[in-house]
Amino acid sequence: MTPLVQLTRPSRAPKATVACTINGQSVQVSEGTSILAAAATIGVTIPTLCWLETLTPVNACRLCVAEVKGARVLAPACNRAVESGMEILTDSPRVHLTRKLVLELLASSVDLSCAPELTALMDAYGARPERFGPPAPANAAGTKQHAVAGHHAPPDPAFAATTSEPPTVDNELYVRDYAKCVLCYKCVEACGTDHQNTFAIAVAGRGFDAHISTELGAPLPDSACVYCGNCIAVCPTGALMAKREFDLRAEGRWQPEAQHAADTICPYCGVGCTLTLHVQDGEIVKATSPMDNAITMGNLCIKGRFGWRFVQSTTGR
Amino acid sequence: MFGAGGGTSSYEEVEDTDVVFLWGSNAREAHPIWFHHLLKGIRRHGTRLYVMDPRRTTSAQWADQWLGLRVGSDIALANAMAREIIHAGLANTAFIANATEQFEVYAGAVESYTLEWAEPVTGIPADVIREAAHAFAKADRAMVCWTLGITEHHNAVENVLALINLTLLCGHVGRWGSGCNPLRGQNNVQGGGDMGAIPNKLPGFQDIELDYKARQRFEAAWQCAIPPKAGWNLTQMFHAMERGALSALYVIGENPAQSDADAHRISALLEGLDHLVVQEIFLTKTAQYASVVLPAAASWCEGEGTVTNSERRVQRIRKAVEPPAGARDELAILSDLARRLGHEWGTPSAESVWNEFRTLAPHFAGGMSYARLESLGGIQWPCPDESHPGTQFLHARLWETPRAGRAAPFSIVHHDPPWEARDPEYPFLLTTGRRLESYNTGVQSSSYASPLHRGETLDISPEDATRLGLADGELVRVTSRRGTVDVPARVDASLRANLVFMTLHFPDDVATNLLTIDVADPRSGTAEFKACAVRVEPIGVGAVTLD
Repeated sequence: MTPLVQLTRPSRAPKATVACTINGQSVQVSEGTSILAAAATIGVTIPTLCWLETLTPVNACRLCVAEVKGARVLAPACNRAVESGMEILTDSPRVHLTRKLVLELLASSVDLSCAPELTALMDAYGARPERFGPPAPANAAGTKQHAVAGHHAPPDPAFAATTSEPPTVDNELYVRDYAKCVLCYKCVEACGTDHQNTFAIAVAGRGFDAHISTELGAPLPDSACVYCGNCIAVCPTGALMAKREFDLRAEGRWQPEAQHAADTICPYCGVGCTLTLHVQDGEIVKATSPMDNAITMGNLCIKGRFGWRFVQSTTGR
Repeated sequence: MFGAGGGTSSYEEVEDTDVVFLWGSNAREAHPIWFHHLLKGIRRHGTRLYVMDPRRTTSAQWADQWLGLRVGSDIALANAMAREIIHAGLANTAFIANATEQFEVYAGAVESYTLEWAEPVTGIPADVIREAAHAFAKADRAMVCWTLGITEHHNAVENVLALINLTLLCGHVGRWGSGCNPLRGQNNVQGGGDMGAIPNKLPGFQDIELDYKARQRFEAAWQCAIPPKAGWNLTQMFHAMERGALSALYVIGENPAQSDADAHRISALLEGLDHLVVQEIFLTKTAQYASVVLPAAASWCEGEGTVTNSERRVQRIRKAVEPPAGARDELAILSDLARRLGHEWGTPSAESVWNEFRTLAPHFAGGMSYARLESLGGIQWPCPDESHPGTQFLHARLWETPRAGRAAPFSIVHHDPPWEARDPEYPFLLTTGRRLESYNTGVQSSSYASPLHRGETLDISPEDATRLGLADGELVRVTSRRGTVDVPARVDASLRANLVFMTLHFPDDVATNLLTIDVADPRSGTAEFKACAVRVEPIGVGAVTLD
């Protein structure tokens, strides 16, 4: 039997293969492969911060840089495609120094206490943020949201400038802690064209004043936010955090090591999103979805991410 | 459809199709993560989106073209498109000849549905209908996706058939990126059907009346006689209560006292039962009528099992937490009940029940062991054996030459407006639907502190609000032939004049279903939640603050 037309997915023309060397080792990958992905094929891991497999690279953090022989500047490995004949070094002294400096600048100005992967990298690269001086005193609440471009005073050189300010708690579902934000853009990407397409947040301001903002710095309940929490899912530093986790941390009761997780399916509509329920002391404390899940890509809606409280209702069950 | 009760396409294909007709669906709010796949199609593939909805919803705001049809004119629109496609020579004649039957009758039946006739009936300009029809027919790949805007009508099944006709006419089924897809409203409404929780089917969509061999197989396995007779659907049950033919009811995880149309009547019928058993996770309004309440575990996170989603993917649910003291696993409750009734089922596990299903519906789920469901991240049915990868899209057989299996028939359906029309006494049409952050009667969604939560409102067009002198938050009295509710008004520019909108999410505050009409589709049993005539009167007690 022959079908009248082709029924299956149209196949795309196979891509050409390009050959390069990474740290002296020959690598062959298909055209368009990033240095990051090419390195992974030979077991070379390059550290990343603003890159995520479910998001479009934005080249913001410069942590994944690699040295391409003959190039003037270092290349972001997450987004630079391998070209034929490239000689790539992923751990040269120049690369090492750059990564160390990036980590030092971040750690001197941002609270990385909820970013264990970054603190591990700091140890690995010998980063010493304290060389920029003691951290400047915390800013008043709301400083970041209301920063006006070009209006900041010159910093006191005796201190390391910081983004420190009290967390913004303006709703019952999630908290924004600007002191922990490394401006990786992941939340903006997830809220924008990569997934949610709600566009509730963007980067506002320039230079050290740059920050993630709602339109006109409005409180979340007055913004376009639909509380899907897909920004929380991609935040690498805890700057965006579900209120439940925030409260438990504040009470000193957040214990990731005492939690277990179970994958089930969301109880609401019929799309069938995988919900990973994080359970502590017999109680659901957080819901996420796996990044590699073909249905969700790690995304959920407000009901999936926050709407499970009924199970633990203290009245009526 | 065509013998299989499920959507034909996979979510992945939504990202790779050229035209989507999203018909009677506000998926942006009701199926947000499915809408992500559609957005990928729109942004990356260039998918053109047409949204057919009386309201200019948040989904319609993403459309290349919004077709804001009058409530209940779906068949008029679909048939007018079909006539235009046929007359423009855009029908897929090779597919029609190979795979379908009754085309000539169908072509004759839609002949009177001219664009000029359809324009005033549907409220959509003729050239907009023409353009959408041509886009659908000319697309290499196209799909129709629908939800309750199609199925919550007194002629729900005919509405669905009208849409399927369009896909047959253009050969948009059985291929990658083409198909007809009901987006399921509840996390296991598909799975319920798969497992035989519909009146005329045994598990695996095997017909209880017509499929003698299947019945024999089940009788041998269950060692009992199965009456070769379809049961009642929900609406038929209420009718049976009314005439005294049904006096005992066992309700599992459903809240008909608040979720069904014409709530006064439903409550009276539930109260009139000799015996009502309700198995629930909360003491719902329905449970308050019960003679016996069986407290149940919330299966999705306090038990094991499977659910099936809108792309026919069977996926595992797993126990994450213990149920509260006294609430029991639903399978254990049912087994104990069977024991009291004289049937020893032992203590089956979710997996052992599933494995029995696999042996009794092997063509359907034979290859879906728990181990494979785990390793493959769910499997799309049918999956007959353990070497089968599952089925990404259905009905490829319709394209085989010579065709494999039965032909897909065109169905002859005609425009049949909602049961209640607007009239001078009830000059507005009330339609109902969901909001993003809430769900059905609020049993699950009312207990988290969403900043998006706002109580029930009567959403009304700016034109009508001006005419009635209404401001946001002003209390109005809404009256239908069946009941009356008081509710704050909310001016909503997504609505046309004479159309008002409410949800069913806050029945303890505003019992919208006191208003709705219980005329139901005779085949599906679904009531016409999408259309009833109402009167709207300002009460004159001033405004309440919305939010």
